[in-house]
Amino acid sequence: MSGILWHLANVAGVLGVLLTLAGALIMVERRLLALWQDRYGPNRVGPFGLLQVAADMIKIFTKEDWIPPFSDKPVFIIAPCIIMGTVLMSFAVIPFAPAVGVADLDIGLLFFLGMSSLGVYSVALAGWSSNNKYALLGGLRATAQMLSYEVFMALSLMGVVMLAGSFNLRTIVNAQQHMWFCIPQFLGLVVFTVAGIAETHRVPFDLPEAESELVAGFHSEYSGMKFGMFFVGEYLAITLISALIVTLFFGGWQGPILPPLVWFALKTAVLICGFVLLRASLPRLRYDQLMSFGWKIMLPVALLNLLITGAIVVARH
Amino acid sequence: MTIRGIDGAKSLLRSMWMVFMHAFHRRETVLYPEEKPKLPARWRGRIVLTRDPDGQERCVACYLCSSACPVSCIALQATEDETGRRYPEFFRINFSRCIFCGMCEEACPTNSIQLTPDFEMSEYNRQNLVYEKEHLLISGTGKYPDYNFYRVAGLAIGGKDKGEAENESPPVDVRGLGL
Repeated sequence: MSGILWHLANVAGVLGVLLTLAGALIMVERRLLALWQDRYGPNRVGPFGLLQVAADMIKIFTKEDWIPPFSDKPVFIIAPCIIMGTVLMSFAVIPFAPAVGVADLDIGLLFFLGMSSLGVYSVALAGWSSNNKYALLGGLRATAQMLSYEVFMALSLMGVVMLAGSFNLRTIVNAQQHMWFCIPQFLGLVVFTVAGIAETHRVPFDLPEAESELVAGFHSEYSGMKFGMFFVGEYLAITLISALIVTLFFGGWQGPILPPLVWFALKTAVLICGFVLLRASLPRLRYDQLMSFGWKIMLPVALLNLLITGAIVVARH
Repeated sequence: MTIRGIDGAKSLLRSMWMVFMHAFHRRETVLYPEEKPKLPARWRGRIVLTRDPDGQERCVACYLCSSACPVSCIALQATEDETGRRYPEFFRINFSRCIFCGMCEEACPTNSIQLTPDFEMSEYNRQNLVYEKEHLLISGTGKYPDYNFYRVAGLAIGGKDKGEAENESPPVDVRGLGL
């Protein structure tokens, strides 16, 4: 009985923290961008502008949620739900601490990869159902980008799987007791980070929503909370990729003195700030550059990494 | 190819590092209501009507400001006092239309209308942005402390006849014999 209660508490806690975090990240991102651009950012509402989050929430909930009459209504409505759903589902397999985490799947990593593939449907369907040429272009770009980056995202993780001998994320974390995988799997880390940025379509891979050319890409026609869900999905995806990088390459919850959960949160927070730093400093790629970079550089690097890791693992046995 | 890739990665990391170091730079933002910005003396802000050093209105109601105004926000009506000195009967600037271009100041032949370094003139009621003469007229001389139009102009007004202005010779009687 108490086991079930603990599970329910875990689910509720993870869900609550993540959804709050997604809102708070908007604020964090704006303040950090401002810091790196020698500005202040939102600092008027409440102490240090912290209540800006609440103000933004009230605003987005009370905005008119307009569905364009020319759109494909059911698909239009379901598209933003998909991205939020898949990203939240992916968090189920993340081990936050030894006793904290929703599910302990033996195929955790595969589950994450599957969910991130499903996320492609969200942008593709959003772009298609909007019945707007810019949205469609954004959706097409997003689909092609996410599909091609998915390939070596999965390949880059196979090195980690080989070293840990398991798809289970808890086992992977435990396998990093002596050395974090960011050292033996440095190439894998680089490739996975690049693929992760592309998966979340953040700068410099934000072509699907390139403001200067596509208005807002696949979510041009979205307003109100549906638009908000795309954004929550994006921020959750950033958190997810950061949490995964921490789990797979930086020893997850492991660390001295501080409790495991704090270590996990700290490492993830640093990586999230890294995402914001990327946005603050790098320009957007051209579409053909993005594609050739993925297929001509990242895929061979991921394969090379796989080859070397495989050879080492075989040699050690 | 490899060298280009490494150079590219280096430049990416370098720009990320440079952006990161901006965290320790001074912020450029002026936190406005708490901290007032320092405006230059020639800032084009709230428009005023100035007086000459004798304390009289400088405006001679020539309508040049009104016709120079690209948004037609200046309205006035000329009149004369008993000595022949022209002045505006009313002078009205609609600041909800004014674009603070300074054309009126450039057009003014008597340095009467001037723009000042003040921009804090927000109102809750749009009507309150229409300034009448009593709101526009200030007691000082503004940017030109010594200038007095009537003292250098040839026009005869009360207390100053023809030929009595500065740098002006007494009028010549062209039909006389110059005796």
